[in-house]
Amino acid sequence: MDAVAGFFQSIPIELIIVQTINGIVTGMILALVASGLTLIFGIMDVVNFAHGELFMLGAYCGVIVFALTGNFWVALITSALTVALFGAALQIATLRPLVGRDPLTTILATFGTSLILQNYALWQFGPVARKIDEPISAQFTLFYLQYPWYRLVIAGLSAAIIGGFWLFLKHSKFGVWIRATTQDRVMAQAMGIPVPWVLTGVFALGAAMAAASGVLFAPLAGVNHTMGLDWVLKAFIVVVVGGMGSLGGSIAAAIFISLLEAYASIWVSPAQAVIVSFVVLILTLLFRPTGLFVPTPK
Amino acid sequence: MTTAPLETTTPIAGPGLSHRTIYWIGFCVIMALLVIAPLVLPAFWRRFLTEVLIWGLLAMSSDLLIGYTGMVSFGHSVFFGLGMYGAAAALLLFSPPNLWLAIGFGLAGAGAAALFVAYFSTRLRDIYFAITTLIFSQIFYVIIFTWTAMTGGENGLIFTRPHLTIPFLYDARFNGATMHWFVLAMVTASFLILRRITQSPFGAVLQSIRENEARTRAIGYPVQLYKIVAVMLSGLFAGLAGVLYAIQNEFAAPDFVYFITSGDTVIFNVMGGIGTLVGPIVGAGFFQLLRELLSRLFGDQFPYLIPLGVIFIVMIIFLPQGLLGFARRWLNR
Repeated sequence: MDAVAGFFQSIPIELIIVQTINGIVTGMILALVASGLTLIFGIMDVVNFAHGELFMLGAYCGVIVFALTGNFWVALITSALTVALFGAALQIATLRPLVGRDPLTTILATFGTSLILQNYALWQFGPVARKIDEPISAQFTLFYLQYPWYRLVIAGLSAAIIGGFWLFLKHSKFGVWIRATTQDRVMAQAMGIPVPWVLTGVFALGAAMAAASGVLFAPLAGVNHTMGLDWVLKAFIVVVVGGMGSLGGSIAAAIFISLLEAYASIWVSPAQAVIVSFVVLILTLLFRPTGLFVPTPK
Repeated sequence: MTTAPLETTTPIAGPGLSHRTIYWIGFCVIMALLVIAPLVLPAFWRRFLTEVLIWGLLAMSSDLLIGYTGMVSFGHSVFFGLGMYGAAAALLLFSPPNLWLAIGFGLAGAGAAALFVAYFSTRLRDIYFAITTLIFSQIFYVIIFTWTAMTGGENGLIFTRPHLTIPFLYDARFNGATMHWFVLAMVTASFLILRRITQSPFGAVLQSIRENEARTRAIGYPVQLYKIVAVMLSGLFAGLAGVLYAIQNEFAAPDFVYFITSGDTVIFNVMGGIGTLVGPIVGAGFFQLLRELLSRLFGDQFPYLIPLGVIFIVMIIFLPQGLLGFARRWLNR
């Protein structure tokens, strides 16, 4: 018992608080990525393998616009809009012909898309990582280290985007269309809702959210062509752990997993901390395959 | 004029030749060509053909899941990679290195990984199965990549090729041609076994899971058990492909455990035609040929995956059956 108590006393409380904040910040970005993925999955029955590449494309878009204008917020908005348009075009070209086929064909099509986008990025931008400067360079003192305000701004902005999106889904006309399409596609069509365009719009929305999170994340680490895969894998884990197609579940799971990884990286290297989220996934599959953060299905 | 349609309806085989005969004649012709190939082809293309056969075996193993059981696996790189590292372990631990020990170790590694992955991932269906296998491939990648002391980390493991030994009969160094024949023999044996499996009562249950899982369960088959066995079998053959690749190239590297390998496997399947067993080999050949062609035309730096990805998507939309899909029923009879 003494050994256990000593083990816990050996961890400074400051470190735990810092890691809690770090975990929440990463968790909010991850929640933004995962909610786009959940949205596309829940409404279109499409597992968007290319979601990480949209994230990466958004980040690159941000890099380019930032280099041109020097304004981070312009870059953020331009990138989200550009990638949304691109996502709409992508949906029309590759996914619309597959509506009504086995959902597995969509995973293959989006996988093909992700291959193309990843190799295009490598070809166009090269293997060297690019960087965007932080728009807010102010820092505040958190115990022994200078903590950048920007990280907290990211968390706040991500929460704002998700919240705004939730309000949009609840109250706007298009949001009602989206929910109607989720519930019964045929009936929605019969009521005069342009279902094919709702699907395109949803994909564009999800793409915009991925792009926005890409730009927000870009100042924290470099932008390179493989960043998409890491994020999409994490987002997939979040979506499985949170319960497929559940927006609230995904957000809770994103924060939960990021916190666990942040705490784990107190003891092991960040590369190995990823294993924690894998363990969470395995335990979820074993004991609650419908997801941790959704009510028990009847 | 009116007799023309009648003529076309006569079976190509004629009364004397059954489907079975044509099938096996075709099989023998292709086998003969593949056996002669190393003697006539230049070294580069011989090696190319050998590698296509290995990738084909990997794709064929995953066809048992994709085409016959209806489970798209994005985790075949795990089995392939564990086969590679298993072979590497056997070749590094025992001296003199023994070919059959390498195969045994590779299969054991791949089988164990397959059992582990199957136990968890078969709890989920369809898309969820695909995602879960993908995540498992990433787990194994991270473990192999970071466990430097055991696996050599990023550098992988390098070893020397064992002799081709048949106990009491034959013992010599591999050369290009014997390597090709050895791979060919292994791939052919795997093909025959897999064909037998898909035509057995066990294979029939797998296909009924693909067609209607709920009904199969209602009839009383333990569906999850069948799925676990299917993933294990598939993993064993993928592991064999990994062993062959390791022996051919004399190294084991974490890159092959990475998800790209799994993705390629799925592409081979879709391009060649799922549910045909030979289709995936054709798909692997088609993919590698296009890749070779593109890099010869536009240079090594050309991102060949962009046009290949476009072809892949176009094939999914317009040719979902793949190159050999039109012959699917005939091939499976």
